[in-house]
Amino acid sequence: MTIEFGNPDRPNSYIGKTVPRPNAGRLVQGRGRYVDDIVLPRMVHVAFVRSPFAHARITGIDAGEVKSVKGVLRVFTGKDIAEVCTPWVAVLAHLKGLKSPPEYPIAVDRACWVGEPVAAVVATSRAAAEDGAALIDVDYDPLPVVTDMMSALDADTPVLHEDMGDNLAFRRLHEAGDVEAAFKSAHKVVSTRFRTARHTGVTLEPRSILADWNPAEGQLTAYHATQAPHMIQTVLAEHLGVPEGRVRVICGDVGGSYGIKVHVYPDEVATAAIAKIMARPVKFVADRLESFTTDIHARDHEIEARIAVEEDGSITAMDIDDWTAIGAYSVYPRTSAIEGNQVVNLCGGPYDFKNYRAQTTVVFQNKTPTCQYRAVGHPIAVAITEGLVDQAAAELGMDPVEIRRRNMFRDDAYPVTSPANMRFEGLSHHASMDKLMALMDYDGLRAEQAELRKAGIHRGIGIASFIELTNPSPFMYGIGGARISAQDGCTVRMDPDGSLVALSGVTEQGQGTEAMLSQIVAEGVGVSPDKVRVITGDTQVTPYGGGTWASRGAGIGGEAALQSARALRESILTVAAAMLQTEQSRLDIRDGQVVDAATGDNRMPLEELGRIVYFRGDTLPKGLPRELVQTRHFITSDYPFAFTNGVQASYLEVDIETGVVKLLKHWCVEDCGRIINPQLVDEQIRGGIVQGLGGALFEEIHYDADGQLLNGSMADYLVPMAAEMPDMVVGHVETPTKESMLGAKGAGEAGTAGAPAAVMNAINDALRPRGAQVTEMPFTPERILRALGVLKD
Amino acid sequence: MSEAFRDRIDITLTVNGESVEARVPVGQHLTDFLRLELGLTGAHASCEHGVCGACTVQVDGAPIRGCLMLAPQADGAEVWTVEGLTDTAAIKDLQEAFVAKNALQCGFCTPGMLVAAKDLLSRGGVPSRQEIREHMSGNYCRCTGYEAIVDAVETVAQARAGKGAA
Repeated sequence: MTIEFGNPDRPNSYIGKTVPRPNAGRLVQGRGRYVDDIVLPRMVHVAFVRSPFAHARITGIDAGEVKSVKGVLRVFTGKDIAEVCTPWVAVLAHLKGLKSPPEYPIAVDRACWVGEPVAAVVATSRAAAEDGAALIDVDYDPLPVVTDMMSALDADTPVLHEDMGDNLAFRRLHEAGDVEAAFKSAHKVVSTRFRTARHTGVTLEPRSILADWNPAEGQLTAYHATQAPHMIQTVLAEHLGVPEGRVRVICGDVGGSYGIKVHVYPDEVATAAIAKIMARPVKFVADRLESFTTDIHARDHEIEARIAVEEDGSITAMDIDDWTAIGAYSVYPRTSAIEGNQVVNLCGGPYDFKNYRAQTTVVFQNKTPTCQYRAVGHPIAVAITEGLVDQAAAELGMDPVEIRRRNMFRDDAYPVTSPANMRFEGLSHHASMDKLMALMDYDGLRAEQAELRKAGIHRGIGIASFIELTNPSPFMYGIGGARISAQDGCTVRMDPDGSLVALSGVTEQGQGTEAMLSQIVAEGVGVSPDKVRVITGDTQVTPYGGGTWASRGAGIGGEAALQSARALRESILTVAAAMLQTEQSRLDIRDGQVVDAATGDNRMPLEELGRIVYFRGDTLPKGLPRELVQTRHFITSDYPFAFTNGVQASYLEVDIETGVVKLLKHWCVEDCGRIINPQLVDEQIRGGIVQGLGGALFEEIHYDADGQLLNGSMADYLVPMAAEMPDMVVGHVETPTKESMLGAKGAGEAGTAGAPAAVMNAINDALRPRGAQVTEMPFTPERILRALGVLKD
Repeated sequence: MSEAFRDRIDITLTVNGESVEARVPVGQHLTDFLRLELGLTGAHASCEHGVCGACTVQVDGAPIRGCLMLAPQADGAEVWTVEGLTDTAAIKDLQEAFVAKNALQCGFCTPGMLVAAKDLLSRGGVPSRQEIREHMSGNYCRCTGYEAIVDAVETVAQARAGKGAA
């Protein structure tokens, strides 16, 4: 029996409705339980001594004075930890040529970035551990540093890791069609250099782990702020030499992740190793400086790009040369080649053209490692693509919306394969653009802009179409050898009182996973969502799954939940048919009641069925199946990824005297397939947009030439605040994926993917009459004034 | 590190309407005192240098950064945290509006946000959206993009002024 999603009046119609989040009430009362809130008996705290040099040999560690600090229990060096924990190498087989040296939880003889752990101090309180760490005397012999991206491969640049031979971590060239010929015969060619700044995620809850080794049970339990509990289980087991089945990762409330908490961090693994050595619970919570120097960074790219267009605006070719510097190591186990790889995969994404060349060059340097952060590679690829398209339109004297309409894949063209070899099942670029135009009153806004320009007010309108990669299959990581599950599972059970418990392998990071799962299970079985208790984030309890990343929770975890709920519904009806002596097909479950499917008349409440099954099973026919627990797993198989699409618009004002940008309004129309909870989707889009706006206007990690991180505090690394942010209008087109019954695709990254490009194009739209253009993010007042020629030094 | 750092001091204060006596390290900030000594984990340590607002609590009627105030400075003070404000239903309408508007995602900033919003609303009247945005700018949220928070605060302000339903 299928669900008539098109009929809003269908019974149990919770999918597609805004229902309350079961966990929100707890969080507004301060009753969240984040890792730092957990206190265990005999718990101790660890603080790390971190390298103040970007590159240095460790020649000696003197911990003599440390024991004088009351509360300090032990000191660990890299060598101590290496005795119980093996190093890792973050490469994947499908990223051909990717190389990275072995990385240890605590540096053994050489530190490679400012902030790398070089020793650990364990004490009865965090304060005592920090006091102890301050007294550790480490002798360093500074080594030459590699800090500039574009000269990393030059012959006279030192090689960061001798064993690697050179500073090249990864390079990939993709070529389709005849790019050179297309550029030769083009009506116009536009070339631009783009830069995106090094960002970090700035989760308000710092990275946190509380690891507890119980030698009597032979079990390691890690309370961990993570997005991927099963992945962490595997990693801790493998590197600490504990059977996988004896590692339990529990992920309760997580205070923001955005990709930051999906990676393996040396200090967190060291914490688990120390717990194993000391046989007692050890807690590590990063402080804010540690967050800035050791949370993964991202988006440090420089790109030379060009586009070829015909007189009618048709795009004939794009040519992208992307460079990124990933820091000292590729990050385990997802690797740091993915972001550059995504730039190659995603540039030109919305457009139907033939000739495409893109290369990414990924180099090592003595800085904090970079890795996957929300919308991995998308903001870069979208900025390149949409920046080029806008500049081409300006060259041709064409409206930026018109040039996009002439080049976007037709809405009836699917399935298609892009020049980057991405396969699209079904997108809606034109419908989305049409909806955006109506929502923002594009023509009216253009008229207002022209009118204000006469008064010397410089406003700009920026458009950015985009695609977003969601619902990843094993093609993302599994085929490369990583034990990262693309499949996810859900177990749904009915208890005697007729209530349901759903256990899912995807996790809650605040995006509303538990609400989404509760409404899917509620509709799938036929109860109200408040009758569903959702349990996530415990590897010993939930089905094995991938967790939260690449916008997979709703599309993959949600489908597993729907299938298991439908299976449970069948099981319940099998019992109900026997009890009511009717055919199963004549029965349905609605609002917690077994009903007559034709008339809707109540036949029996679920709690009565529960009472009979659990306590009076003797009254049921012998051999009658009575399994009120069902588990299903789901994995995508028709397409490597479920692409979504959308288009954003930014309306802003540039003060040409100060260079300050004021965001006036922002729009996003996106197509994430079936919408399960409209409010939660809109809020994912809004939150994502603001993270993108941060990258466009404020966020930039600064290093000096010696590899010192210069702005490691929230006062110095700017993130968006409420006062600077605009209201955002969000609209939707729904093109459900046919891969699943649910039809949901992801929505977590669309906002971040498109917002920086929309802002860039809007600023350049405002500046164009003054002959100025900016392509280096973030667009600070200084950069804008330089573009305007006001600042010249 | 000096000997003085390890010195402790006796303080007496009121926390969430209950009298508290404690001997605290002189260098311990209020957030750590509330969290570690009293088990009040609603206020969160995030930046610990006064920027993000996740540790905001109410001290003698004003919103205060718990990370910038030492516990000894709270001697004699009246402190309210999200736990106490919940128990007394002082911010019930705000909490309900935050849930209704989904003005929180991960929830880590939320207790601080609520204290900051309570302060704005205690001034009466219906602030403009920009005034709400300015007032809430001392509290970072990395999840929501702020609009839902502004919506929630605005809704409560209007309801309290009798101009709309919360």
